[in-house]
Parts: sequence; structure tokens; C-alpha cells
Amino acid sequence: MNARNADRIVRYTAGTRINHWIVAISFVLAALSGLALFHPALFWLAHLFGGGPWTRILHPFIGLAMVAAFYLLCVQFWRDNYMQQHDWIWLRKINDVIGNREENLPDVGRYNAGQKLLFFLLVVCLIGLLLSGILIWRVYFGEFFAVGVIRAGSLLHALFAFVLICAITIHIYAAIWVKGSIRAMTRGWVTPGWAWKHHRAWFREVSRGVHSK
Amino acid sequence: MPLQSLDIVRRSATTLPEPQVRGAHTGQVAKLIDTTKCIGCKACQVACMEWNDLRDDIGTCTGHYDNPHDLSATSWTLMRFAEYENPKGDLEWLIRKDGCMHCEDPGCLKACPSPGAIVQYANGIVDFQEENCIGCGYCVTGCPFDVPRISKKDKKAYKCTLCSDRVGVGLEPACVKACPTGAIVFGTKDDMKHHADERIEDLKSRGFDQAGLYDPAGVGGTHVMYVLHHADQPGLYSGLPDNPKISPTVGLWKGAAKPLALFAMAATAAVGFLHYIGIGPNETDEGDEEAARRESEKTP
Repeated sequence: MNARNADRIVRYTAGTRINHWIVAISFVLAALSGLALFHPALFWLAHLFGGGPWTRILHPFIGLAMVAAFYLLCVQFWRDNYMQQHDWIWLRKINDVIGNREENLPDVGRYNAGQKLLFFLLVVCLIGLLLSGILIWRVYFGEFFAVGVIRAGSLLHALFAFVLICAITIHIYAAIWVKGSIRAMTRGWVTPGWAWKHHRAWFREVSRGVHSK
Repeated sequence: MPLQSLDIVRRSATTLPEPQVRGAHTGQVAKLIDTTKCIGCKACQVACMEWNDLRDDIGTCTGHYDNPHDLSATSWTLMRFAEYENPKGDLEWLIRKDGCMHCEDPGCLKACPSPGAIVQYANGIVDFQEENCIGCGYCVTGCPFDVPRISKKDKKAYKCTLCSDRVGVGLEPACVKACPTGAIVFGTKDDMKHHADERIEDLKSRGFDQAGLYDPAGVGGTHVMYVLHHADQPGLYSGLPDNPKISPTVGLWKGAAKPLALFAMAATAAVGFLHYIGIGPNETDEGDEEAARRESEKTP
């Protein structure tokens, strides 16, 4: 609607931005508290949460907050993340992506193939973390599962968390790498040049939308 | 010097050696439980609750002699009664005193994420240090014998200490002291094995061909051992595991996964950093803005 004026295109509304940062902050807290329990070399991180027992108590609730907030974000982003024909071409030209040669790439919609695959990877990880996390939440659920199931849950929880942390590391780096992205998620808008360069198909959709009004 | 342990050979979630100049130079300890001499009187259970000042809740009758019906944070040992009909058609009452086996390679200690919540002394005793326990229950996940229990009162893990406080001052564990038939004996592990050999020889002469010692190699041996009439079928004794060992799942989770995951996470961040240094950021410039302007003016 009012997606664009002369030098700004709205990419994320205030609600979406707040939602994103709730997910982001709860992820950081869940990751730090989880890493404290994952490796002895990182146990000192437990002090950030008030010591070992508090870390153990808080971690699952932080995780639940992350999953709940991610679900709301996921519903909003879902349709824009379907993989399309040109996305596979984009992926095959990953060397041009890494080398900042976007002129060689097909036009990108609201999200590029990397963002789309990351999105679905996050969905898988969050579902996996939720389910395995319930299995190993000893205080409330310890009595309900056989020890073999809890052992598998423990390993899978670590595995999903590991994949998630690596995926989010890539996500954060991409935001640092592609200048203008962080502003899109903090202030909500991008410049037309940014949209034209990185998400040209989306830029055209937005332009048409404006002109049709 | 303050009162402290200088004989800690293993400590949970700890990467450097703990004070261990004091060794078990006269040999590691073991408790030998001779199931063939046990009469099921539960004096060991009473001695355990007396010495350790533990009182479990009054339970309910579950139709068998086990009382309480399971180990708990306040019942660290328990007689388990199994009725076995042998091939001759006779009933054998197989009574096993259950509790921590004090594994040489303890699964609980391997799984524990809290530094110093579980230690192993040079004499072989595996002890929980509840002040360091965070209540996660990973010890329960790691134990091949289903022994540790989390207290509902304080969310800490508890189990048999092998009366480490008594053993530390030269006394035998309380259950050993109380046993009226000599079914529980305590000493160095070598002595206990020797004693077990004599018992097994005696049992074989009485027709128990499969009598033997339960000191499972899968966990590196245990510091609580059983003499069994049917050592070929430990499962008869209320589900004593045939070949207990730390589960491969736990082994992977608490073994290779830890350094590999940490390395891969650091490497992911390093790759990003190197990309930024080597190739650099992807920026939009005035040319892109100009192109966008031209294109949107063209759009009908």
C-alpha cells in the first residue's frame, strides 16, 4: 500500500521487527545457556544466568519463548519462502553470490534461495529442538519417557542446536555482509537501490503496486 | 591444610586434573554382595537410612516384597525380590540388593555437565557433590543401571555414596556392618574377588554350575559386585543388565560431538570473517539508486 515513497521502501513493519527481535534475543539467551551445559569449556556462561541451577531452570522456558515467537514469524514469512525455478539457478551460481557479482544472477524475489533454504532449515531445527527438548526436560517430563528415548533426545537436541547456531551465524554474517540489511530489520526500510540490486523481482512488484494505486 | 579430598581421579565437566596426589596404594575398594547368602531381611536398607539420616515417604503395597518399590532420592538401596521357577520346576527366590554399582567408567559422571557435581575417588567410589548439582538429570540419562534419582525437595540428584564418609575414616559401609548373614562384605577389590572365587567354588560344588561373579567389563568393572547363582542370566535378578555399558548415544553426545561441534561453530564464524576480509561487503551505491529511479519511472 504505502510500501514505497521516493527514497524508502518498507521491508518490515514495526510488528514484524519486534517479533524478529524477540526471536533473536531469545535465541541468543537459549544458545548461551545451552552452550554452558553442552561443553565444560563454556560452563562459565552459566554465570550469566545466575549459576548452574538457574541456567537449567531458565533454558527451557527461553526456548519455548523462542519457538512461540518464531511460529508467529514463520506464519508471516511462509509463503514468500517457497522455492521457485529461478531459485535453483541462483543456487547453482553460488560462486557469483559469494563473489558479490549479482549482475550474473537471476532476479530475486522478496527472498533469495539462500534465505529460503535457511528459513526451512530453521523451521526443521525449531521443531526438532522443541520435541527433543520436551524429552529431556527432566523436571516436568522425566517420568514419561524411557531412558533410551531420553538419550536419543539428548543427542538430537545437541545436534539441532548445533545446526541452528551455525545457521544463525550465517544469517547474522549475511546481514553484516549485505549492507543495508540490518537497517531493514531495525528501522524497517530499504532504499530503492538496495531493493533493485538484491531483490529486483520484489522491487518490481513493489513498484507496480505503487503505480497501480 | 583444610579438610579436603586429594584423591579425585575423575571430576565431571572438568578438563584439567583435580587434586590427586593421594592414591589408593593399598588397593581400590569394593563391596561384594552375595545374593546366595541374602535372606531379604532389609537390615541393609535400615542401616542405610539410619547412617545417612534418610526417611522415605511411607509408600503403598504394590503386591510384592520390594519396599519401597523403587530407589528414590531418600532410598539409596533396595532389596529387589524375584521369583524364579528353575528348569526343575522349583521356586528360587532371587533377592538382589540394588543401588549404585560404582562403575570404574561411570556413565553418570560422563554425562554430567556441571563441574564437580560428580567425582570419582582413587579408591573407586563414585560420589555426587550435591552442592554442585544443577538438577538437569543427565546423570540419570547416562547411568547404565538406572540408579540416580532427582529429589522432589531440592531437584538435586542422589544415590548410594558407598558410605564414602565412613570408608574415608576406615569404616565399612553401613549396610555391610548391618548384614546379619555376611552376604555383604567390603574390602579391597582384589580381596573381594578372591572371596568371591571361594564362594563360587562352593556354590558349584552344591550344583550351581553357572554360579559366578558379576563385575561387568563393559563399564570397566564395578566397585559393587555380586555373586550370582545364575551368572549366565543376570536378568533373572530383577533386570540386572547382561552387559551394561555407557550407551553409544551418550558416548557420542558426551564424546566426539563436543569438540567437533565447538570447532565447527567457530569455523563457521571464521569463514564469515575471512569472507569479509577477503571479498568484502556487498554495498549498494549511487549507481544502483539511479538504476532503480530510472526503472520505476519507466514502470507504467
